[in-house]
Amino acid sequence: MKFGVVVFPGSNCDHDCHHVLKNVLSKDVTYIWHKTTAVDDDVDCLILPGGFSYGDYLRTGAIARFSPVMAEVEQFAKKGKYVMGICNGFQILCEAGLLPGVLMMNNSLKFICKNVHIRVENIHTPFTSKCRKGEVLKMPIAHKDGNYFVDESTLKRLEDNGQVLFRYSTPDGDVSSKANPNGSVANIAGVVNAEGNVMGMMPHPERVCEPILGGTDGLGIFTSIVEFLG
Amino acid sequence: MEDMETTPELIEEHGITEDEYQRIVELLGREPNLVELGIFSVMWSEHCSYKSSRLHLGKFPTEGERVIQGPGENAGVVDIGDGLCVVFKIESHNHPSFIEPYQGAATGVGGILRDIFTMGARPIALLDSLRFGSPDQKKTSYLLKGVVSGIADYGNCVGIPTVGGELYFHPSYNGNCLVNVMALGIAKKESIFRALAEGVGNPVIYVGSPTGRDGIHGATMASDVFGEGGEERRPTVQVGDPFTEKLLLEACLEAFGTGCVVGVQDMGAAGLTSSSSEMAARANSGIEIDVEKVPRREEGMTPYEVMLSESQERMLFVARKGGEERLLEIFRKWDLNAAIIGRVIEEQVMRIKEGDKVVAEIPVGALTEDAPRYRRPSRRPTWQDDLNRLDTDGIPLPQDYARVLERLLSSLNIASGEWIYTQYDHMVRTNTVVLPGGDAAVLRIKGTQKAVALTVDCNPRYCYLDPYRGGLIAVFEAARNLTVSGATPIGLTDCLNFGSPEREEVMWQFEKAIEGMRDACCRLGVPVVSGNVSFYNETGGVSVYPTPVVGMVGLIEDVERCMTPWFKKDGDMVALLGWHAEEFGGSEYLSVEHGLERGMPELDVDRELRVQEACRQCIMDGIINAAHDTSEGGLAVALAEMCFGPERTFGVRIGLRKRDIRADALLFGEAQSRILVSFSPENGEKVAEVAEKRGVNLDVLGTVGGERFVVDGLMDVEVERLRSLWKGGLEGFIEGGKVKDV
Repeated sequence: MKFGVVVFPGSNCDHDCHHVLKNVLSKDVTYIWHKTTAVDDDVDCLILPGGFSYGDYLRTGAIARFSPVMAEVEQFAKKGKYVMGICNGFQILCEAGLLPGVLMMNNSLKFICKNVHIRVENIHTPFTSKCRKGEVLKMPIAHKDGNYFVDESTLKRLEDNGQVLFRYSTPDGDVSSKANPNGSVANIAGVVNAEGNVMGMMPHPERVCEPILGGTDGLGIFTSIVEFLG
Repeated sequence: MEDMETTPELIEEHGITEDEYQRIVELLGREPNLVELGIFSVMWSEHCSYKSSRLHLGKFPTEGERVIQGPGENAGVVDIGDGLCVVFKIESHNHPSFIEPYQGAATGVGGILRDIFTMGARPIALLDSLRFGSPDQKKTSYLLKGVVSGIADYGNCVGIPTVGGELYFHPSYNGNCLVNVMALGIAKKESIFRALAEGVGNPVIYVGSPTGRDGIHGATMASDVFGEGGEERRPTVQVGDPFTEKLLLEACLEAFGTGCVVGVQDMGAAGLTSSSSEMAARANSGIEIDVEKVPRREEGMTPYEVMLSESQERMLFVARKGGEERLLEIFRKWDLNAAIIGRVIEEQVMRIKEGDKVVAEIPVGALTEDAPRYRRPSRRPTWQDDLNRLDTDGIPLPQDYARVLERLLSSLNIASGEWIYTQYDHMVRTNTVVLPGGDAAVLRIKGTQKAVALTVDCNPRYCYLDPYRGGLIAVFEAARNLTVSGATPIGLTDCLNFGSPEREEVMWQFEKAIEGMRDACCRLGVPVVSGNVSFYNETGGVSVYPTPVVGMVGLIEDVERCMTPWFKKDGDMVALLGWHAEEFGGSEYLSVEHGLERGMPELDVDRELRVQEACRQCIMDGIINAAHDTSEGGLAVALAEMCFGPERTFGVRIGLRKRDIRADALLFGEAQSRILVSFSPENGEKVAEVAEKRGVNLDVLGTVGGERFVVDGLMDVEVERLRSLWKGGLEGFIEGGKVKDV
């Protein structure tokens, strides 16, 4: 099993994801340069990390989706291999049409970095199988554009298909507007595509994988995919 | 244009005095042309030459066992063991931030980060020390918002966490805000790079953003007081591009690994001029540059403009001959502009050519070591004696102690900085162990068991009331903030923000503050390894309070043993390490409640050192659960802050038995050298033993628990109420546009 962390110009959580996979979980992981037009066959799961790809100039993820590597990411997903987008990675996957929806500016119009709680909505995916249904995870968000939006019919489809993976909630698991840090529709913090192999989330699981950093609630997401790829 | 005659008006416009001009003529043996005049004007500016401060900066202790690089380079370097070192520096961006807060602050972040990665280190943390004018000035919240977004957008985009800082409001900053940013990086000991233009014939490579006309004479602007309408200088402020900075950072770190880099310097103030001449000066060599080869973003730029531009995100490399292609390849990989623009020469001159034509030729020494140095006259201000007089009998005791505490907690100099730090990514790079809001930020060092603690501190009111003791206290308070986090101080960087050095009173404040800092550093055994001086922070003849900001770094051998200020367990005892005193001087209480800025807190250095040692010992022995420095707002505010844990709030009940000291002084006075600690009752004896052994007074005050904040006989108030006032103080001001009245 091998992970690939895509490095766009301006990615800045690439090292953090690499660190968790390599040093915390002792998995094989490699960096994938954005100019690459061929991802090695032995890579099973790609991670598009957080950051400010291309400075997020124009619009978050809008330039990165045209990066040479993105055609590869698309092929990779089409083959049924696994893709995780975290924060900026989620934004890029939405821009690229690999995930539904868009990420607008937070309703506070400010960058927000703080710990939030998210409730796990669907545990029958490769990214959440190690979580408990309804489990509340504490992990940080750090973004200015995390306000997830889809139109009503798409939202219904996502809900019906169980494509909503995480919702912002209170520590007790109450999904209320008070627990919504950025204005996301239906408190959505993370989704998966209809095929179930491409996921995106705004919170940063890689930041809470070691007790010294104040929590390990992010580990479940990584161990889910690790176990799934077995 | 280069052949323009150097008229007296032109010389004055360049901020060069008559005497200085004569000196230039002597050094050159002829009249300078316009390009040369421009080069002298920036290199001899206060900002670049430190001409008024250099003689005094020599007083600082700069050596120590751990020091790998002291002042004089892009940043200081201190050994932390395990083959690693920390590289750090603090710098001001005051003038540009007042003119254009967003870009001024953003480019301040960019500049200090380049200083760090220029040394071969990967930056891992930023801290900001901000000072603004009175909250009731309309401009204050505009400046604060602009500065905070500038720092946030730049730091967040580059992916370096902003992990701590301080915020202070005072009318003396009405006409000049202070924006100081500190950065720290980690490097392997053997791969530190220096700004040297060594090896005759070695190619000089320019890399980064192309050069434009922005920021021309920025250094000269930063070396002048503001008159009315300082905003007209907006074109001298540079515009930042954090995305290019991120590419530059990664490209530079990759380039350093090739073995092809001889020396490197960031093009900061005075751009290409200072980077090239300083690199040559350090290597006792010369440098030749062809401005035609410099990548540009605008057409028709003259050599004068190219040499003086302060366009951001640019670096100058000296490559090993034959290694240039390897470096250029890396820069291309990162989509950066790069070009060979010159070479190192033997003759110790800086020769600027435009194609074949020499447009400037100046001996390197004339720009660096032969730059003027002044021993500016200084004089103790006549008002100083009066300031230190404080008649405490005239200060009435509060009617309602709880109200005083509430007002202090919601006052802007004490209230939580959460509104600011939630806009900064303070966790990226996954090293931040203690998040903002504690006494010091703590970052683990991956691959080791160690951590570093970082803080920036200065109480400008103390420095105004007594610059010597203010400087002394700034250093000891910074050390105390590290100590309560479980760290041992290992190095210091300073940012000295003052008014015009041409005023005798300002020079006196400057000299005294330095002496205070020096004495504190010597007693602590902490060397000063880097720093920055910002003079001319004055407008219309009113200068800022003397503000020598101390950035200090501490080492924690075992990250598991780091400490936080928050209570951990109901039933724990709470106690004071240190001595109560009837001390009002310079306190926030006097200012907020009585509108007085007078007196001066005392500091007994021996007691201070003992208190800090005792606290560190308790942390190392694992016998205390929380430790917090008492500073602005005194014991009551510090105790309340210990109740406001990030996970939950705690109640506390204490009794104060010191009947011989006024209750308001006990609760709100700012006597120095005091640390509040909490511990489980079974460790009480051990804590007492440590205190006794170090000769430190331990006063057990009370117990953690409940939901109220109780001082027997004086106040009894709900903790949640205090917390919401403290938490909402700053946000209420910013979002509401006014200070909430309690």
